[in-house]
Amino acid sequence: MSDVTDDHVFLSLTADHGDADARWAFGTGFEDPLHGVDTTVPATVDAAELAACCLALGDDALVGAQRLAQWCTRAPELEEEMALANIGLDLLGQARLLYSRTGQVDGSGRDEDAYAYFRDAEDFRNVRLAELPNGDFAFSITRLLVLSCWRLAVFQRLAATAPDPVLKAVAAKGVNELAYHRQFAADWAVRLGDGTEESHRRMRKALAGVAPYLDELFAARPGFGIDPAEVRKETTAVLRQVLDAAGLELPGAEALPGQGREGDHTEHLAPLLAELQSVARAHPEATW
Amino acid sequence: MTTSQGARSDGGGAEPGLQEQFDATIAKDQRIEPRDWMPEGYRRTLIRQIAQHAHSEIIGMQPEGEWITKAPSLRRKAILFAKVQDEAGHGLYLYSAAETLGADRADLTERLIEGRQKYSSIFNYPTLTFADVGVIGWLVDGAAICNQVPLCRTSYGPYARAMVRICKEESFHQRQGYELLMTMMRGTDAQREMVQDAVNRWWWPSLMMFGPPDHDSPNSAASMAWKIKRHSNDELRQRFVDMTVPQAEKLGVTLPDPELRWNEERGHYDFGTPDWAEFKRVISGDGPCNAQRIARRRAAHEEGAWVREAALAHAAKQAARAGRKREDQSAQEGAAA
Repeated sequence: MSDVTDDHVFLSLTADHGDADARWAFGTGFEDPLHGVDTTVPATVDAAELAACCLALGDDALVGAQRLAQWCTRAPELEEEMALANIGLDLLGQARLLYSRTGQVDGSGRDEDAYAYFRDAEDFRNVRLAELPNGDFAFSITRLLVLSCWRLAVFQRLAATAPDPVLKAVAAKGVNELAYHRQFAADWAVRLGDGTEESHRRMRKALAGVAPYLDELFAARPGFGIDPAEVRKETTAVLRQVLDAAGLELPGAEALPGQGREGDHTEHLAPLLAELQSVARAHPEATW
Repeated sequence: MTTSQGARSDGGGAEPGLQEQFDATIAKDQRIEPRDWMPEGYRRTLIRQIAQHAHSEIIGMQPEGEWITKAPSLRRKAILFAKVQDEAGHGLYLYSAAETLGADRADLTERLIEGRQKYSSIFNYPTLTFADVGVIGWLVDGAAICNQVPLCRTSYGPYARAMVRICKEESFHQRQGYELLMTMMRGTDAQREMVQDAVNRWWWPSLMMFGPPDHDSPNSAASMAWKIKRHSNDELRQRFVDMTVPQAEKLGVTLPDPELRWNEERGHYDFGTPDWAEFKRVISGDGPCNAQRIARRRAAHEEGAWVREAALAHAAKQAARAGRKREDQSAQEGAAA
């Protein structure tokens, strides 16, 4: 047998990598995602308002990431597989930062996993648009376009004026990510709107499906002096521009009663959470 | 550095000198590049191997991808999501490497979903608990690394370069798997049982990843001569066992092989014989998950057809619009002149 002498990572698997807590793994160079940022809540900030804001934005992100994870191995092409996973990972990262902040300011001291895994549907504060099933690629793209336009408008304002330094930092990091999400969704909306009769028909159907959930985005929360009317104006202006290039129109629709932000959800949220929480809840004493 | 004649030829009819140049490049351990002349058998073997490898990355997303939505902490969710995304990336590099040999990604995908090209048999086993995510990282990615590190020096340039990048990422994958298992072994009894159960199920299929025994490996001789392949299946399998046993001990799990023991004389571990009949069954389509893996890949491909058609139609319309705009401009310029 000849000697196999290739330099081999496998050999060093059990070697000491110098990690303090031996919980090293790829992509997770932080146990505390807010390390280095002054986490003291400024005296002028209403802690309850801050916690509610972080929780709402965190829930939108987690539920959105979960829906994107459901696309995994189902995308129409490998490039889209990669892009959807990228966007899902960005949103997951945003959720983790926002949940950590919530736990610091709402007085409970809970960690990110407590918010994700040990709350029931009625305690989630995401908008209902985020929780709707993926539908076809046209629906997922349309939903992503709307949510990323809205979230970018909100994050830009928070990055500029949020009175909490942590939320401000999270928003500043998120702005670059969301600009890419919006670009990706807009490019596809134009391709699909302009492409074939079939893709155009699917985009019209997707827009009709999304329209009743738009008003909810522009309700008062998240707060901090962000004017919902301004966010609405900016979001709809960008949407109109994209849809115009796609040869599509934003249909009018009657808003559905209720608010996800108040804990009113569609029948789709509970099963989504049941799947997300299944292993964690089956082993509440476990460490992962 | 490389033989530079661009000619492609069908083996026997090679212009004099080309075969000699190819052989000399291989003998000198230099790289064959896409525009170099190469024997058709070499090209065919490479396309088959690279495509099979690409398919394995793409199908390999499924068993672990199942657990992204159920990962029990947000940190594990992020790690697993990123890992499965890496595998899509590996598939892309490899399909691109195959395209440098004249293959076409869409055609290779068709061959996969029609069952005309194979992928690694390991992905036809189910992932039953979250511990499987850790064991796949440790054993399956570990075995893949043993197979793939030598491919970083394989004779075909684009394949070798793709493998350098892939191996770097695979080593992260393996570490995250082992680290998950270490964490689980420090957890509850139920977690330790999950880990042992997963090791019991994945150990033998992992050994099969090195392919059939050398005396029963039909494609090996030519691949070794062409330096596509650099070590025999049995050599790599032995290497894997030797490295894995101390890791299992450190982890505190038992490898399910009563014949496993250190052989002082050989300086290697002796181990039992994998069930090669099972290997053949799984390879030829009768594993526990073959049908569901291909069905998922086929469904994604077919349900995405209208999207790909729309993208092509939009690109064609854009090109036509750009063309008309140029015509209008030159007409205006002509009128102005």
